[in-house]
This record gives sequence, structure tokens and C-alpha cells, in this order.
Amino acid sequence: MNQPSKLPTGHLPEKLYEARKAVHNKRIDGPFRRFKWFVMIVTLVIYYVTPWIRWDRGPYAPDQAVLVDLAGRRFYMFNIEIWPHEFYFVAGLLIMAGIGLFLVTSVVGRAWCGYACPQTVWTDLFQHVDRFVDGDRNARMRLDAAPWGPKKIARRSFKWLVYLVIAFWTGGAWIMYFADAPTLTRDFWAGEAAPVAYATVAMLTLTTFALGGFMREQVCIYMCPWPRIQSAMLDEKSLLVTYKDWRGEPRGSIKKAEKNPGEFGDCIDCMQCVQVCPTGIDIREGSQIGCITCALCIDACDRVMQDIGRPRGLIDYATLEDCEREKAGEPPRPVWHVLRHPRTVAYSMIWASMGIALLFLLGTRDHTSLTVSPDRNPPYMLMSDGSIRNSYTLKLRNMVGRPRNMEVSLEGLPTAVFWTDTISNDNAARSQTFTVNADETEVVRAYVMAPDGTTQQEFSFKVTTLDDPIESDDNETRFTSPIGE
Amino acid sequence: MANDPSSDKRVDQATGTEFVGHEWDGIEELNTPLPRWWLWTFYACVAWALVYTIAYPAWPMISQATEGYLGWSSRDQLTEEMGVADQARKEVRDQLAATDIVNLQGNPDLMQKAVAGGRAAFLVNCVQCHGSGAAGGPGYPNLNDDDWLWGGDLAAIESTLQHGIRQPGDDATRFSAMPAYQGMFSQAELDALTSHVLSLSGKAQSSPVGAQAYADNCAICHGPTGEGDRMQGAPRLNDAIWLFGSSKADVQRQILKPRMGVMPSWSGRLDPATIKMLAAYVHSLGGGEDFAEAPAEEPVTPVNEPTE
Repeated sequence: MNQPSKLPTGHLPEKLYEARKAVHNKRIDGPFRRFKWFVMIVTLVIYYVTPWIRWDRGPYAPDQAVLVDLAGRRFYMFNIEIWPHEFYFVAGLLIMAGIGLFLVTSVVGRAWCGYACPQTVWTDLFQHVDRFVDGDRNARMRLDAAPWGPKKIARRSFKWLVYLVIAFWTGGAWIMYFADAPTLTRDFWAGEAAPVAYATVAMLTLTTFALGGFMREQVCIYMCPWPRIQSAMLDEKSLLVTYKDWRGEPRGSIKKAEKNPGEFGDCIDCMQCVQVCPTGIDIREGSQIGCITCALCIDACDRVMQDIGRPRGLIDYATLEDCEREKAGEPPRPVWHVLRHPRTVAYSMIWASMGIALLFLLGTRDHTSLTVSPDRNPPYMLMSDGSIRNSYTLKLRNMVGRPRNMEVSLEGLPTAVFWTDTISNDNAARSQTFTVNADETEVVRAYVMAPDGTTQQEFSFKVTTLDDPIESDDNETRFTSPIGE
Repeated sequence: MANDPSSDKRVDQATGTEFVGHEWDGIEELNTPLPRWWLWTFYACVAWALVYTIAYPAWPMISQATEGYLGWSSRDQLTEEMGVADQARKEVRDQLAATDIVNLQGNPDLMQKAVAGGRAAFLVNCVQCHGSGAAGGPGYPNLNDDDWLWGGDLAAIESTLQHGIRQPGDDATRFSAMPAYQGMFSQAELDALTSHVLSLSGKAQSSPVGAQAYADNCAICHGPTGEGDRMQGAPRLNDAIWLFGSSKADVQRQILKPRMGVMPSWSGRLDPATIKMLAAYVHSLGGGEDFAEAPAEEPVTPVNEPTE
């Protein structure tokens, strides 16, 4: 009864769950840090400012430069307007973005992770807030370790408030892409915006606050599939942030090295590379999932090497192939040789040809279109005089900013005439004229009637604009009849 | 097994990770801890689930599930949403209720809305007999064509909808009866009559015997040339549309033991606005007629066919 349990509790470790190890990355300056600043500012400015750019499209369309109008089913991007049936442009852009990511990965490894990924950009922003509010690495570590008191509470509250403001601003900017920004801003503060706007802002505020303020590198290490996918796309010809262990090892302080010349490598084990790392890893352990290749450790190490008078590049962007060459004692190659990688060339060509194809399609697309769908239920109709009627739904699209007159005519089916739901069958004819409003689709039900004995056959509806520029489109469809072909 | 926790802490050489101590056929479990935030997420989900099952219907009991603190039910939500939708349509319905159907075509916007509403109402109330494409079937009229037993203008369609066809108890219902001629013709006469009927639409050769039988028995309702009579609901016989089939056997069966369809009267079941919508929709299907010849020049005395 009172025997101790025989379960192997003794084997269980005391902690089943690992607490996050706080990363207090140290401030560093250098070329890569400056590049990171540049990318961060550019991406944030694009994100926050784009919806506020105005673009005059005339009276029939919104004047916001970039607008995803879900209710009106239009996607506006400067002078491009995408209709739902042209969604392949958006799909094409997304495919280009995907291939672009492959291309970048093939050349410079996880550069996306290191510089442009929103998680990275916002984490970087929040880390700057940490530094601004609490000071640099040592001050932050002291504050972290300090017991909770009024001062710590005040600092933490202030910092989290700043987080919250940034997070709210981030969430707030997102919804501006989906409605007229000035109107939406006014409605939002007046409490008159759609509930989905508030929900979206709340959601994005919360996620930005949590992911940027607290989760940070945990997102990259545990949540994000990209590091896994990207590591599969890297090869021995891709640039990685590499610690050149053949040059650095064995590590030893300057003093030790002075005492025992020739025994130690260039690494003086100053830990600067670890302290500046935004994900808190030690790059000297080799390429790893936590490394987002932001190259801040390169900046840190180069500075130390400069201070102690050793050559830069103990940590550097290098390909695995280059590492082998350098180990064998060959001189380093200029970094541009990575562009000669066949995979990189192939990705570039696919990417560029997609871009050219999309631009070509965009430049040559028509602003008038017609789609026809025949009624399938019932497929044909016998009239009392024996003639056969088919019904069709026509969609006439006028994709320009003014109303246009269009003529729709039958091509083929020589004995048939048609009328519509608005044009009575007394006026049945081979062609009919419609007025389609600016930037709108006119849905027309057309009744095509052919005399008794007409067989089943293909024919087309053709639409032609009646004003300049003359544009036309046709759509082949089927005339169904009880008499086979 | 050792009870001392520290006695066999072993470390996997390849990864530097500690073993948990579980082993299955030589495969051992390494202790790679989950991040703690994951645990918090899990607890948050548990807490959420508890609150949810109290607030919303969740636990199955014998006759029904627990009602939940908030008293929410999908049925109530539906009722509420339907109420909101009805409210949104109220303006159109009121406008429609106040508009005489003969004036509906003069208001294209209202007509369009009525057609849209009618399409929805049709799918609920009419498709069971007339089919989802309104194409009907043997015995169930096709509503897309231009053949109307009782008239195809808006008012006639509305009246048919309101009062139905052969509905007992509704004085204004559409009523006609085709007598059963079982046993009244010899087979030769019947064949000749059938051929004559089919000849009216060019499907067979007529004969004097058949023509005579037609003139004696059928022409009074169906007309001398089979043009039919809408006032009595006598179908046209000289067109291409045959409600019960156009084969010789179909026509003979219809002469000897006629089948006659019924349609419910909808005035008690649907509100006047919905009936107008349905009339507008049926009218819009492609065979709708204008009011031009609607008022008859001379009052036709209703012929009371003896119903046998």
C-alpha cells in the first residue's frame, strides 16, 4: 500500500518545458547593420505609406494608388486595374515572388530571413525599442535580473506601451489597403467602420505585439517553415554566414597568443559575435536553423579584427565550396562568382521571363470582354411553332472609365435571331446594341431562337465597341437542339 | 530500476542531449524540451475550451445538449438573420405589394427585383413539380416556352398562382375538364381521330372519318383547327408542345382516360408580394406575353363541362 510508486519517475528530468532564453543583443555598427537599417526603413515606409498615395483615375474609380477593393472586386495598383477574371496577374505576381525567393536563396542563402522578412524587420524594430528604453545589452540584462520594483514596473510598462503603439499602428496600416484610407481612418475613430476592420486591427495588434515583442526568434526557430524549406534550397554554391574555423581555431585570448605564438588561431573568443546576434546563437558552431544570416556577427567580428590588427573576414559570407578552397590554401575568389551558379541563372531566367510575359499580357489586354454561359437546365426549349430556343447568360465587361455602347452579334448559326431580357422578342435580330456603364459588367440574358430543324452546333457571340478605340471579343458556345449534329 | 534520479543520467553522444530513460527495443527517447510558450498556448486552449463549453451548447445529454450560459442556438441565430434579411427586403416587398401587377412592367427596376426574388421563391415552392430550370416534365407544364394553357401575361400568371388549377374550395381556381371517351369510339374511329389530332400539327395524315369525329366531339373546346381556348383552359392541339406526350399512344390515352394536372392555390400560403415575384419570374423565363390582347372583345360565357 505505502510502497513508493514503481513508475520510473527518477528518470524524468525536472523540467519538461524549456523557458525562452532571453536574447539581449548588443548594439553594433557596420556595413551590414547599415544595410539592415536601410532595408528596414524602406520596407516599413512602403508598408505604412503606400495606402496614403493618391492616384487620379477619373470619376468612376477610387483615387487610392494601391487598393484591394474586395466588395467591388477590383484590385488597383497605380495605373493597373485588375478585374476578378484577370486574377492570373496576381497569381503570376505571387509565383514571381516565390521564384524570386528561390533565386535569392540560391545566391545569398537566407537573405530574406536576415533582412526583409516582416518577422525580422519588426523584431529588429522592437529590439531598437528595447535599446532605446532600457539601454544596451548589459543594462537590459541587469534590468532583467533585477527584482520587480516600481522602477522596473515603470520601465516595463513604458516599453510595452511603445510596443503596443507600434503594434496598433501596424495593424491599423493593414486595413488601409482594403478601403479608402482617409475615409476609413475617420470612420475607424468615429466607431463607424465595419466590425471586420476592428477585428483585423485587434488581431494584427495582438500578433505584432506578441510576435515582435516577445516571441521574436522563437518564431524563426520553432514556428516558421521557411528555415526548413530554405535549408533544402541551399547548396554548396550559396552564400552562408560562415565562421572560418580553419582560420579561427584553436581560440585563445591575445595574451595567450602572445605567449605561445603560432599555437592559436585568429579567434580571440571575445564573444562579440554571440552578443550581437538577434537570435542569440553562436555562429562558431556552424550553420544552424537559428541563423537568419543577418550578418551582424560579421560586422562585430570585423570590428574586433580591425582593432587587434588581424585581417577581416574571420566570420564572412562564404559558400561551402569556397570554404573547401580556402582550407586547401587557395586565395579567396571575389564574391561575384556566385552569380555564375547554373541554378541561379535558371531561376533568374524563369523569373524574368514570367515578368516579361506578365508585362506583355498587361500591355496587350483588352478593355472589353465577353463571356457566355449557356443555360444547362433546360438545355433547349421547344416553342409552340416548333422552333428551338436556347438561353445564355452574357457578361459584357467595360473596363474603361466611361460608359460605352457595344454591339453583340451572332457569328454562325445563320438562321437564328436573338433577343434579351430587356429587348423584347418583337425586336429579335442578329445583333443588338447595349450600353455598358463605366467600369462595370452588364449581365444580359439572351434568348437565341432558330427555326425547326436546326441541328446542334457551335456558334459565337461577338461583342464590338461602337466608339474608338474599336475593340472586340468573342466567345464560342453551343446551340443545343433535340436534333443531333 | 534505480530510484536515484541522478544515477543513470546518460547523454546521447551524437546530439549531446540527455536521455529520458524510455527505451523500446533499443530505440531511446531523447529529452528535447518543448518551449514553454507552447505549454502556455496549450493551457490557454484548455481554458478557452472550458469557458466555451459553459457559455455555448456543448455537452450532450439524453434528449438534447446543454443549453449554454449565453443561451445561443443556431436556430435562433437563423431566425434573427432571416428577420434582418426580411427587413432588408421590406422596402421592395412593400413597394411590390402596393403595385398592381399590370403596372409592374412599367417599372423596370422593381421588375428586376421582383424577378430576383421570384427566382429564390421558385426554388423553394415550385421546383418540386416544374423542375429547377422550370422546364417541367410530362404532365407538368414547361414555363420557359410560349405555350400557355391559361394565359401568359403577368396578370394571368398571377391569377393562376393565386388560385391554382382545379383546386377544390377556391371559386376562382382555373378549372377545365376533358371528358373521358373510353368506350365511345371503335378502334378504327379512335385511330382516325388520333391521326386527325396529330395532323393539326403536321405529324400525321388526316382522314374524313377522323375529321368528322374531331368536329363532333373536340372542336367545341379545342377549336376547329385545334387552336385551343385559354378561357376554358383547352390546350392548343396544333402546336409542337404536348403536355402529356405527342406519340399516338399518348394522344389516345389522353382521349380515353384523360389525365388532368392540379396546381395548389398559393394565395393562402404565400403573401401577395411573393406571388407577384413568382409571376414576374415565370414571366421573365422567355415566354412571357404582353397585355396587348388580354381583355377579350366579347364576354365569353364560361362553358361548364360536365364532370364525369
